[in-house]
Amino acid sequence: MYKRDCYEVKSNKNIANLVYEMVLEGPTTYITAPGQFINIEIDGFYLRRPISICEYDENTIKIIYKVVGEGTEVLAKLESGAKLDVLTGLGNGFKTIKCGEKPLLIGGGVGTPPMYQLCKNLINEGKEVTVVLGFNSKNDVFYEEEFKKLGAKVYITTADGSYGTKGFVTDVIKDLNDYTYFYACGPEPMLKAVYDNTNTTGELSFEERMGCGFGACMGCSCKTKYGNKRICVDGPVLKKEEIIW
Amino acid sequence: MVDLSVELSGLKLDNPIIPASGTFGFGHEFAKFYDINMLGSISLKGTTQEERFGNPTPRIAECTAGLINSVGLQNPGIDNVIKYQIPELEKYYNKKVIANISGFSLDEYKYCCEKIDKCDKVGIIEVNISCPNVHNGGMAFGTDAKNAAEVTKEIKKVTTKPIYIKLTPNVTNIVEIAKACEDAGADGISMINTLLGMRINPKTKKPIIANKMGGFSGPAIFPVALRMIYQVYEAVNIPIIGMGGVASAKDVIEMMLAGASAVQVGASNLKNPYACKEIIEDLPVQMEKYNIKSLKEIIGGAH
Ligand SMILES: Cc1cc2nc3c(=O)[nH]c(=O)nc-3n(C[C@H](O)[C@H](O)[C@H](O)COP(=O)(O)OP(=O)(O)OC[C@H]3O[C@@H](n4cnc5c(N)ncnc54)[C@H](O)[C@@H]3O)c2cc1C
Ligand SMILES: Cc1cc2nc3c(=O)[nH]c(=O)nc-3n(C[C@H](O)[C@H](O)[C@H](O)COP(=O)(O)O)c2cc1C
Ligand code: FES
Repeated sequence: MYKRDCYEVKSNKNIANLVYEMVLEGPTTYITAPGQFINIEIDGFYLRRPISICEYDENTIKIIYKVVGEGTEVLAKLESGAKLDVLTGLGNGFKTIKCGEKPLLIGGGVGTPPMYQLCKNLINEGKEVTVVLGFNSKNDVFYEEEFKKLGAKVYITTADGSYGTKGFVTDVIKDLNDYTYFYACGPEPMLKAVYDNTNTTGELSFEERMGCGFGACMGCSCKTKYGNKRICVDGPVLKKEEIIW
Repeated sequence: MVDLSVELSGLKLDNPIIPASGTFGFGHEFAKFYDINMLGSISLKGTTQEERFGNPTPRIAECTAGLINSVGLQNPGIDNVIKYQIPELEKYYNKKVIANISGFSLDEYKYCCEKIDKCDKVGIIEVNISCPNVHNGGMAFGTDAKNAAEVTKEIKKVTTKPIYIKLTPNVTNIVEIAKACEDAGADGISMINTLLGMRINPKTKKPIIANKMGGFSGPAIFPVALRMIYQVYEAVNIPIIGMGGVASAKDVIEMMLAGASAVQVGASNLKNPYACKEIIEDLPVQMEKYNIKSLKEIIGGAH
């Protein structure tokens, strides 16, 4: 089920280079899984902006977004008390049933946020979670401590080597070999590299330009081994086995 | 009590509001948001003979007051639509629907129309000869009066259902094409489809849409649609289903005054999934405001 509601901005703070964490207050009953996203109407823009859910509880949703264009620039300027028209309940999200005892979570840049609620759920289920996060540079790094506090083992990579392991997430992953399943979200080249460098099955979360976000326009389609899928409703999470690059 | 009902070639609609083809899937997606039985009718996603994936992505680009789409007629094919999509919609929607048919050849249009003719749920066939997103076909039929007339004539032979020809605004003289369709036996005109448009990303310095260009629609095109409906209404005697940028009950009233017998809402559904519901609920309020007792009576009222 999907729902449109009015949400109030509770906080909106800068947590890394051009990256903001926003807490929204409003109904969350339509959110069913980590990895789902919300679609936010921003004043002055025709289309909504899809953003992953980072964390949620009975009446708040936390998102983390990067300022990359005009819409997110406006979003970054909002102060607490501002109201937003938001669709929730969008996307399939990650499944935690088949992941075994030692799931590996991989986030690249602002592909990191959906890993947070997922990590929380998996740890609550008693799993031993390893998290590998990739960023460009030290100033871009966020949520290292937050993941550690949940009880996960955390690795950070930066492309320029200014923090953590120098290189990409795959430079860490290739030396890990006792994980039982993986979850990944990030830019497409990273997803492809993760796909090629993991030795278990897993789930990957994709992005596409969206007209609606709820399955009506066919704007976000992709081909999979199981037929045509819409990233917004049949995704954004696809299983490793079904992906066609 | 105000009267919202209208009629299209004998098909009675409780109100003139119809979600436009391609912006409402096959209807059941929206049943998750509200009771879609309130809709006058529903125009289904454009359907072709075979399943189509459509164009490469990105196929959506935002614009000021609208969007460009280059979906390219992604659909599961006519057999799937008849066997699965329409029965699924029937669970949520108890009125007649409008089937939207596309093709790449005369034979394909005929094939699909002949098949859909046997489908009781379908009250009207809307023939899309105006899709800007596919080559060899689509718009090629809609930009030439002779071709448009031929498609119309051939389709009339294979179905007894009312045929509405959906026209493209990407022509010099839309009136001439509308008249050619009427003369060839069309029961009505649907207009307008999207305007060919484009956006370029200044960061990459390349077009945003993978196919470079696509169909532009949304509130920005409303005045163009209104003008064309006004012109075609003067020239033909068959009903017009008007569309293009409709976002409010006031837009609906304007479009009906220009000459539309019913009104489709497209892009607005994507921005706000409750758009049609809100428009239908607001229509009586706006009718009171503008002193309108019956919508039927204002059709073409601006002439
Ligand atoms: C399922 C999903 C989840 C996402 N989750 C996050 C997240 O948690 N954090 C985050 O920072 N970003 C996320 N994104 C990307 C985010 O949607 C874009 O960065 C944002 O829409 C850019 O808007 P803008 O107006 O600033 O950019 P502009 O470039 O000005 O936007 C123009 C248009 O392009 C679209 N667009 C631009 N970039 C993207 C993109 N990468 N993906 C999809 N549409 C895009 C916009 O929505 C808008 O319609 C997600 C995208 C998807 C599809
Ligand atoms: C995403 C999208 C897909 C569309 N697909 C179709 C289609 O399959 N067949 C068709 O006849 N028109 C299609 N259209 C055109 C609409 O039905 C309508 O004619 C046009 O968008 C103008 O109305 P609007 O401004 O309210 O969107 C599509 C429009 C959009 C935005
Ligand atoms: S964005 Fe409209 S179907 Fe996915």
